Amino acid sequence: MSEQTNTIGHAIDRVDGRLKVMGHAKYAAEFANTDVVHAVLVQSTIAAGTILAIDALVARSMPGVIDVITAENAEKLHKAPEIQQAISFPLLQSNEVLFNGQHIAIVVADSLQQAQEAAATVVVRYRPQDAVTSMEGRDGDQRKPSKKLNGKFEIDSATGDFSSAFEAAPVKISATYKTPVEHHNPMEPHATIAAWSGDKLKVWTATQGISGTQQTLAGFFGLAENDVTVICPFVGGGFGSKGNTWTPVTLAAMAARHVKRRVKLEITREQMFFSNGYRPQTRQALKLAADRDGKLLALRHDGVIATAMPGAGEFAEPVALISRMLYACPNISTSHRLIDINQSLPTYMRGPGEASGSFALESGMDELAVALDMDPVALRMRNLIDSDASEGKPFASKPLAECYTKAAEAFGWSRRTPAPRSMKNGRMLVGMGMATTSYPTNRMKASAEVAMLQDGTVIVRCGTQDLGTGTYTTMAQVAAAELGVSPDRVRVELGDSRLPKAPVSGGSMTTASVLPAVQEAATAVREALFDMALKAKGDQWHNLDRTALTLDNGAVVGPNSQLGITDLLAQASLPSLSRKVEATPSDEADTFSRHAFGAQFAEVHVDPDFGTVRVKRWVGAFDVGRVINAKTARSQLIGGIVFGIGMALMEETRTDRASGRFANANIADYLIPVSADIPDINTIFVETGDPITTRLGVKGIGELPTVGAAAAIANAVYHATGKRIRDLPIRLDKVMA
Amino acid sequence: MHAFQLIAAGTPGAGTTFIAGGTDLLQLMKNNVIAPDQVVDLAGAHLRGITATSIELRLGALETMADVAAHPEVRRGWPAISQALLLSASPQIRNMGTMGGNLLQRTRCVYFRDTAFACNKRHPGSGCPAIAGENREHAILGASDSCIATHPSDFPVALMAMGAGVAITAAGGGTRVVPLADFYRLPGDTPEIETILQPGDVITQIVVPASEAAKRSVYMKVRDRSSFAYALASAAVAIEIRDNRILHAGIALGGVAPMPWRAAKAEQALIGATADAAAFEHAGRLATEGARAAGMNAYKIALAQRAVTRALMEAAHPTAETGVL
Repeated sequence: MSEQTNTIGHAIDRVDGRLKVMGHAKYAAEFANTDVVHAVLVQSTIAAGTILAIDALVARSMPGVIDVITAENAEKLHKAPEIQQAISFPLLQSNEVLFNGQHIAIVVADSLQQAQEAAATVVVRYRPQDAVTSMEGRDGDQRKPSKKLNGKFEIDSATGDFSSAFEAAPVKISATYKTPVEHHNPMEPHATIAAWSGDKLKVWTATQGISGTQQTLAGFFGLAENDVTVICPFVGGGFGSKGNTWTPVTLAAMAARHVKRRVKLEITREQMFFSNGYRPQTRQALKLAADRDGKLLALRHDGVIATAMPGAGEFAEPVALISRMLYACPNISTSHRLIDINQSLPTYMRGPGEASGSFALESGMDELAVALDMDPVALRMRNLIDSDASEGKPFASKPLAECYTKAAEAFGWSRRTPAPRSMKNGRMLVGMGMATTSYPTNRMKASAEVAMLQDGTVIVRCGTQDLGTGTYTTMAQVAAAELGVSPDRVRVELGDSRLPKAPVSGGSMTTASVLPAVQEAATAVREALFDMALKAKGDQWHNLDRTALTLDNGAVVGPNSQLGITDLLAQASLPSLSRKVEATPSDEADTFSRHAFGAQFAEVHVDPDFGTVRVKRWVGAFDVGRVINAKTARSQLIGGIVFGIGMALMEETRTDRASGRFANANIADYLIPVSADIPDINTIFVETGDPITTRLGVKGIGELPTVGAAAAIANAVYHATGKRIRDLPIRLDKVMA
Repeated sequence: MHAFQLIAAGTPGAGTTFIAGGTDLLQLMKNNVIAPDQVVDLAGAHLRGITATSIELRLGALETMADVAAHPEVRRGWPAISQALLLSASPQIRNMGTMGGNLLQRTRCVYFRDTAFACNKRHPGSGCPAIAGENREHAILGASDSCIATHPSDFPVALMAMGAGVAITAAGGGTRVVPLADFYRLPGDTPEIETILQPGDVITQIVVPASEAAKRSVYMKVRDRSSFAYALASAAVAIEIRDNRILHAGIALGGVAPMPWRAAKAEQALIGATADAAAFEHAGRLATEGARAAGMNAYKIALAQRAVTRALMEAAHPTAETGVL
């Protein structure tokens, strides 16, 4: 393999970059723009009760309006399939209202403007009921989640004897941390175009999981999976909000069948706050105890998490999972409890569980370091562990100590004077804080097909998604490396349910799941080409060890001679040679605990009068396994840190207590960082590889850089000001008080 | 027909709205917050021009935020105007937003902007959920039992500190100049009425007197992120100091009241005082006299005081960072 063809690890440009900047990359809403009618959703303005009547007389009579669909005239759907991606409320199947902003009617018209204008005239009469609009004062209603966390982890855990150990320990802290509702707000809002052809359904939709969408729609409409086609070649960001098949997708298909036309349904930015989940509110009680040398003796982490009313589904943010495995501690106790409130269903959001849970754990570790009068990095080093006690398995790889060391050195941690308010820059108080990050290295089975064409073009086909993270590019790189071509000779097809099946792009697992399938399929193509070449060369390559062969630049290269692929395939009368492979995680992998780790270091400046916090420097060192593309990997890490800065300092969806409605449901009032909020971010790859999860050695890094970021900032704010903010986001009113 | 022909003909009625940059109006229309019968585009009206003399600055109502902010005479003689504009919105919006439109930007109160909520400003008599609701951004001064929304703009706060006036052409002709202090109306029982403008009135110019104080003016804005965010509290100050004595002081607050809030008592206290930290802190405290918190906005009282004090300090002792936060 030449340098030109093996680009694994290089910082190569996105293969779809040009398409995107030229505006030629087609997103869901941009397909099928002719012969399409438009649907607009009408939403409830109460949080609980019953719809008595929906008066759409005016709407129906307005120009261009085709119909108004409500629970009265909507088709009855089949039962949802038993998969996590299937969201079955609200789908106009009853008159029950379970949250404010619930979809209760669809207006379909010839043009978007006609549909919008008509939707604004729809009048709804309700019989309201008392709604639960906050977790506050509802502790009596705490309940256990009905299912295991993330489908596989116990709800509660206990190792050793926390109570006695905590009681007896010489140094301890006890604190409660809060995280608010946050919304993903990807750049591309949700959009679906649905088209029926007899009993076959085709949708173009913005999704992180085309296979889940296919299964969900097939289930609801009583179709065979193959009768549903899902197309999604590009996703404008998801962050978890497009992982499930949210109800607007299904409603678009319902509307299309109802009006017997192709229907487009685009969710507005405001509706994005009510239609596709959010990170739920949490309250986390944390207790930590250590001996005087900083060795952890006891850890307790109890999470109380808001979720929707049972009729709208259930999601339990697994905040305490990270506390079960991150540090060596003989006595650990964790629990998760839910409080049902009248709000839409929460869901996964970048680092679900770990991002909010690490805010508590890693703030707590900082508080413990203060109580011990010990350096926060040293405290973490003291409690390193090389096996996962919660699972009783060794870690597949864990270069965490190296992450701390490298990040601390690049950051200049040794210049930090530990006392709060001891560092200044002009008027500004300077604070330095750090935190650990960790996120599971997930992998699921995935299929891919790789074809070598006569002209040397390689085609990679896989029903995965590219959320904007670089999946097209890394797939091309892996196939190119195996087949000895440069990545620009590889054409990647993804985002189509007719392609070989791949899992949802969630849990940071796309690279670890899809690339092995691409690699194995490409290897199979190469081996088949070698077989053909050995046969074609007859006596000349007789008894030749096939390891003496390579593929390079469109030819099988052996000792002294080579054979062009074009000729090879032409002689065999093959237009192309393809292999399809299903790659599955090994059984051996299950005997290891698989996680990625990292260290986050932040410097903040705090205005002493106004309490404004601005991040001035960032260094993160991350256990990335093995980097496939240094450019897209770095972008992932930077993006995740920016996400964490938003979480730390500004992101919060606020609920109007009286109505239960999200009050700041727009991006003028729900703040995310602007460029001026983001400093230089130094990301360090710690590339020791993970030999267990995949042959490539990769680890997922989509969520890792968000975890720990909020705590690093909170710890820096404490160092700057002496104020410990345990309630996100850290806005100036909390700091100046 | 051009806007002024329409006005001259006396056609614009209560349901007519003028559009200039459209940065706020289109949002309000899209969200069904307002539904005008008729929208008249001012683009054809000759309302541009920036003229600075030793007496005054005249800004055409259709001058953009970007052009005024960058104008060298404005930066020299009325720096707080330039600072306030540059600390507003984003470059794209500043390229579109106009002087007249900025004076009339509607409140960012989340209850006003979402038609699912009651709102006395949008639907008089329907109630104000902000008073007992999410009011971290709301007013501590000048509010009433019917409305606690704030005026969101920065630019008129700077104008208020410099005693600016607004030139208005009425339907059918006739122009009058109204002091900015008299241009806005407090909500009282009629929060739907925000200014003295009558149907058909068009703002044509903004007139700002020149002064030594205006030359030494500063705009200080405190917000939740570094750019593209509304003021939680802001202060515009214009002071003249000779021999360390304050000869003249103009002080106005933003983000804390239903209109740009002139702090007259703080101004008076400064006249003749020594320009030092004690005087500036005292002025800060006086600036929020009468403030009343609704709940989550209690922090704004101290924040506004500190913004005034800091702005006065910077006006007295400018630094490289003056006007930047």
